[in-house]
Amino acid sequence: MAERIEISRRHFLKFSAALGGGLLVGIDAAACARKEDASANRAVQPGVFAPNAWIRIGVDDSITLLVGSSEMGQGVMTAIPMLLAEELDADWSKVRAEFAPAHASYTNPINGRQHTGGSTSVRGFWQPLREAGAVTRELLLQTAAQRWNVPATECSTQPSVVIHKSSGRRLRYGELVEQAAKLPVPETAFLKEPKQFRLLGTSVPRLDTPAKLNGSALFGQDIKVPGMLIAVVARCAVFGGKLKSVDASAAKKIKGVRHVLQIDAGVAVVAEHFWAAQRGRDALKLAWDEGVAAALDSTQISASFIAAVDGGKSARNDGDVTQAWQTAAKKIEAVYEVPYLAHACMEPMNCTAHVRKDGCDVWVPTQGQATAQHQVGRHTGLKPEAIKIHTTFLGGGFGRRAEYDFVVEAVQISKQLGVPIKVIWTREDDMQHDVYRPATYNRMTAAIDTQGALSAWEHRIAGPSIFARVYPPGIKDGLDGTSVENAKNIPYAIPNVSVTYALVNAGVPVGFWRSVGSSQNVFVTECFFDEVARAAGKDPLALRRELLKDYPRHRAVLDLAAQKAAWGTALPAGRARGIAVAESFASFVAQVAEVSVENGKVRVHRVVCAVDCGTVVNPNIVAAQMESGIIFGLTAALKGEITLAHGRVQQSNFHDYPLLRFDEAPRIEVHIVSSTDPPGGVGEPGVPPIAPAVANALYALTGTPVRKLPIRL
Amino acid sequence: MLTLNVNDQIHEVDADADMPLLWALRDLLGLTGTKYGCGIAQCGVCTVLVDGAAIRSCTTPIAALAGKKITTIEGLSADSSHPVQQAWRAEEVPQCGFCQSGQILAAAALLAKTPQPSDADIEQAMAPILCRCGTYPRIRLAIQRAAKTVKESAHG
Repeated sequence: MAERIEISRRHFLKFSAALGGGLLVGIDAAACARKEDASANRAVQPGVFAPNAWIRIGVDDSITLLVGSSEMGQGVMTAIPMLLAEELDADWSKVRAEFAPAHASYTNPINGRQHTGGSTSVRGFWQPLREAGAVTRELLLQTAAQRWNVPATECSTQPSVVIHKSSGRRLRYGELVEQAAKLPVPETAFLKEPKQFRLLGTSVPRLDTPAKLNGSALFGQDIKVPGMLIAVVARCAVFGGKLKSVDASAAKKIKGVRHVLQIDAGVAVVAEHFWAAQRGRDALKLAWDEGVAAALDSTQISASFIAAVDGGKSARNDGDVTQAWQTAAKKIEAVYEVPYLAHACMEPMNCTAHVRKDGCDVWVPTQGQATAQHQVGRHTGLKPEAIKIHTTFLGGGFGRRAEYDFVVEAVQISKQLGVPIKVIWTREDDMQHDVYRPATYNRMTAAIDTQGALSAWEHRIAGPSIFARVYPPGIKDGLDGTSVENAKNIPYAIPNVSVTYALVNAGVPVGFWRSVGSSQNVFVTECFFDEVARAAGKDPLALRRELLKDYPRHRAVLDLAAQKAAWGTALPAGRARGIAVAESFASFVAQVAEVSVENGKVRVHRVVCAVDCGTVVNPNIVAAQMESGIIFGLTAALKGEITLAHGRVQQSNFHDYPLLRFDEAPRIEVHIVSSTDPPGGVGEPGVPPIAPAVANALYALTGTPVRKLPIRL
Repeated sequence: MLTLNVNDQIHEVDADADMPLLWALRDLLGLTGTKYGCGIAQCGVCTVLVDGAAIRSCTTPIAALAGKKITTIEGLSADSSHPVQQAWRAEEVPQCGFCQSGQILAAAALLAKTPQPSDADIEQAMAPILCRCGTYPRIRLAIQRAAKTVKESAHG
């Protein structure tokens, strides 16, 4: 039975006439998050609607959707419009997507603000956009019925057309919109059943592909506005260091350099073009008060983790691990370590701002329009409605563009100079002033009892906390949920489980990095699991299946990946397979990696990936995101490492922070589980299983467990 | 004043001779399809064609380009009809898209010189261009597809 929507109780939609004809549909997306509160209080809350609406349907049949999520490669500018177009019964060739401004009506119901992160876009807008589409379709259908003077029940739709079957009459949506804007909002509408879908579940081509083939896609780096100058900022090499003095006389003599000025982050050199700004920065004579962080170094940081690891707070405590050690037939112990990692988006950080007395325009590749707008307000004193955030395409995001440091820099410089300023970070700036994926130290212990069963599992984590930096109230009882995700909730049926976390603020700024805590914890748990399986004399896949009896979706992706990879069959000499599975962001992913060692280097030949992400919006985009997560995760598994010495990040560019290259990429096969469950995320879940799948394959090949990333043979 | 031939147009550029081509293209000529990624010829997103060969524009001074033909992504075809662009579209290669100008031009240079490339040829030509989104497997498929198209049209 199709799902009935009662519109009168929702107040999340608003229809109005567009200038020059056409229909505007306003959506209060956050109302979906608020609706449970609203029904409990029996209070009708006023809707929050953007002045320029979410959807415009023109008299020319064009359908324009303003997408409030950021397009950073994950396909959101295609997937979000598909949700609307499906229920609107829209002709896909007429659908266009544009970047939305910053406004509360674009709030992602899961994130609670306009923010793209946590693989939430499709999950968050799944319900509101389909409902908006269904109600708008119903409105157009009723409009046609009124025009024909027939019952609406005799009418139906085909893509962008209302049809009265018995009389053969048809009206295009564009012919109905002007009249529709004057009708009341329908009282009920119905969502389609999955078998009625025309678009969802099909690989319609991405809407952003054409612009990405000819150089016309506009990234933040490409913004040009009249009167704009380019700025490069000199920052202290040590985190938190302060400027003592600057001699800019040589910099100011460089052709094209126009201004040198101080901002909170350091010294900005402003020039007619990047080349002059960069040379100007090179010519600055700077003295810094480096502060306490000047003593930071990686050895000392590791030592601080080791000192803290046994004193962590309990995140989970099932049964009694201490007692289990007493009765164990075998005890397995290991230490696992992962390093700090840089995001290394291909497009270095940048932002263009034009601050005026009465308003401000900001052009920025950002994952966080709401945060950016708020921060611009803090630094200019302007009201949100005077601050226009123009989101561009993002040349990668991965969590880095959830930050706003680059926005504040552009705003502070523009505010001082009164002209539009584009701040461009060099690659070195980007690498050395990142917010890094936390490094962690993990002490693992497991017991196998006299029956050969895995009876106890202890995971002690020490490392820095992301929430301690970005939102300290998010830490409850000394625990940062992101630090223990996929450690605390390992799905295996083990009677005694203890997971602890020791928060160590090591002085290195840390941030959200594609798949966050799962990026390190799944490596640790899934690799240690293989050590346990070997100690128990069991096949790693068989033991996973045995201990995942209550987790059918984990088991289904494991089985699918294992079957497609021919798990258990012979491989050529010198090759081995490894497997790993994880649930993250409401999706389930298993991967089998096939590896060898060639000339002392790890070679990953093939990766078979099985994913259950619930209802699939666009299979081709899902597959692309799995491929993407695997290659992103392989860089972390095989190469990525940020280290510190004398308070300085030692890596600076791609020669010393290498990324996986074309000739190192494996063959990847993605298999998608068919499902009618609600959609899960796809931007991040491909990342966590790949490092342990590769490490487990090496363990199978060499007999030596891999306990530290990046993998060094 | 220096003269640059970009996409079959002659431009007079008022800049120091050691200015990298990348910044002349982006900041002086407004051709922003060529991207800045590293500045030290490590990532390849700034790749353009000079007399048909793929080079890194971030480390190539404009003084070295007198009398040479420069092709950027904007000049590869008027309507994205180059076989590489068409193959890219068919395989849905781009994700974030930031590196794709460099990838497409490197592939076009490869196919111009080696119309039927081996796997090793493809790897050698494409290894200099990084992609953080991991579009490598699709780039391989797209190059193979473009090579097939070129072959079929040559025989057709």
